Amino acid sequence: MNLPIYLDNNATTPMDPRVLEAMLPYFTTKFGNAASRNHPFGWVAEEGVDYAREQVAKLIGANEKEIIFTSGATESDNLAIKGVFEMYKEKGNHIITTVTEHKAILDACKHVEKLGGKVTYLPVKEDGIIDLDLLEKSMTSETILVSIMYGNNEIGVIQPIKEISAIAHKHGALFMTDAVQAVGKIPVDVNRDGIDLLALSAHKIYGPKGVGALYVRRKGPRVKVTAQMDGGGHERGMRSGTLNVPGIVGLGKACELCGLEMESEAKRLSALRDKLQASLTQLEESYVNGNVEHRLPHVANISFKYVEGEGLMMAMKDLAVSSGSACTSASLEPSYVLKSLGLSDDLAHSSIRFGLGRFTTEEEVDYAIEVTKKAVTHLRELSPLWEMFKEGIDLNSIEWAEH
Amino acid sequence: MAYSEKVIDHYTNPRNVGTLDKSNHKVGTGLVGAPECGDVMRLQIQVDDNNMITDAKFKTFGCGSAIASSSLATEWLKGKSIDDAMKIDNMDIVEELALPPVKIHCSVLAEDAIKAAINDYRVKNGMAPIESEKVHH
Repeated sequence: MNLPIYLDNNATTPMDPRVLEAMLPYFTTKFGNAASRNHPFGWVAEEGVDYAREQVAKLIGANEKEIIFTSGATESDNLAIKGVFEMYKEKGNHIITTVTEHKAILDACKHVEKLGGKVTYLPVKEDGIIDLDLLEKSMTSETILVSIMYGNNEIGVIQPIKEISAIAHKHGALFMTDAVQAVGKIPVDVNRDGIDLLALSAHKIYGPKGVGALYVRRKGPRVKVTAQMDGGGHERGMRSGTLNVPGIVGLGKACELCGLEMESEAKRLSALRDKLQASLTQLEESYVNGNVEHRLPHVANISFKYVEGEGLMMAMKDLAVSSGSACTSASLEPSYVLKSLGLSDDLAHSSIRFGLGRFTTEEEVDYAIEVTKKAVTHLRELSPLWEMFKEGIDLNSIEWAEH
Repeated sequence: MAYSEKVIDHYTNPRNVGTLDKSNHKVGTGLVGAPECGDVMRLQIQVDDNNMITDAKFKTFGCGSAIASSSLATEWLKGKSIDDAMKIDNMDIVEELALPPVKIHCSVLAEDAIKAAINDYRVKNGMAPIESEKVHH
């Protein structure tokens, strides 16, 4: 076992060597511009892109013509939100999303608001799942788009996508999903799930960074988005820019591998995750955040009360994880996702996200359990709050000097 | 962001972790910060009849820099008179631990904890609390 151990696979994943192997020729010998129509260099590159388009489409049950390659999911999210808003402004100006979305969606929505759009940010229930009745009540004749993420990046909670898309469609709106964390981890099917637009990213599924895709439905209904970059009219006019051929080939290969291995991987990882979670929740005052039934197989977000997340991560030597603690964010605010579950700030500060992946072994999980338990115990010995809790003092009865 | 060696040293081997009897009139206790803000420090001093600090203990809920700042504060407090202890400035802690700007608030909290502990001792022993002229927050 090599140290440090990487358990932050929701942030990014290591690239699978098989993906790298597929990409390599496209840096050197097959370097052509996929848009060069008049010589073999272009044709070879285009062939690579076309094949990747099929591989991506197959993983999500789409047609290859419905895949728009982008620089990553942030671009895909922006293109979907802003592009739909611009394309469908005659029809309406209202978008519905949730408070637990990734910033790429939330900030694109804020942008739309500045352009005169109206956005409803649905709250989530304590388990992180949206209230379908509230969604239905929020739909208006002006609603053009509902954008709800498939699986959450911090807590792994999976939204009831089929039900959500049905409500959106019933009211004549399109349904978009940021499926970055779900694609390649659990079965996603754009037709079964009623998805009109879907964002995905290569580096979350053992592919390279800097490449992603937006699925845009072509039939029933035919969806269009207004391009957000002007240029050569690539990707059916929706996304200009010379195609990142090696990256796209890598994304395709990554999708193919996920399609082949997802089912067995999901079983293996959920067993490891459950082991980790069961062991760590044996510690007093530790709580799992978010719904545990409707959850991605490889994520566990756990709060260890009375210890602070960043301090805890420092003690979890040789483990790479992440925390919802304020101290780890640039804003000094604790995780908005955890707060939206109704978690008090102190529990949000005490959270650790464990993200397992394709290369995580049982030995590593066992090691992580031991290190985490020791770290929590050690820091609780240092914690005045733990001492007060043990003495039976109600922490809410103390007048804290907020600073 | 990487931590300085001194932060890591204090974090890994925190000095003077513990609890003094806060009901003892020779013990001053400072409890500052708030759980919602992600850091709470409790700093205690034991003072002798000559107003010299003979012992100091801390417990901290917070990040590595907060733990290191309070650990360092207890080291500096021991052997100082309460008047000299009052002069410890948060920027001394910043300098000693090479704290980055985003962690300066940890040193501020440590200074607040020192002053709160001294004032608790002063009030317990019939002296007026010293108002801090600095407003940090």
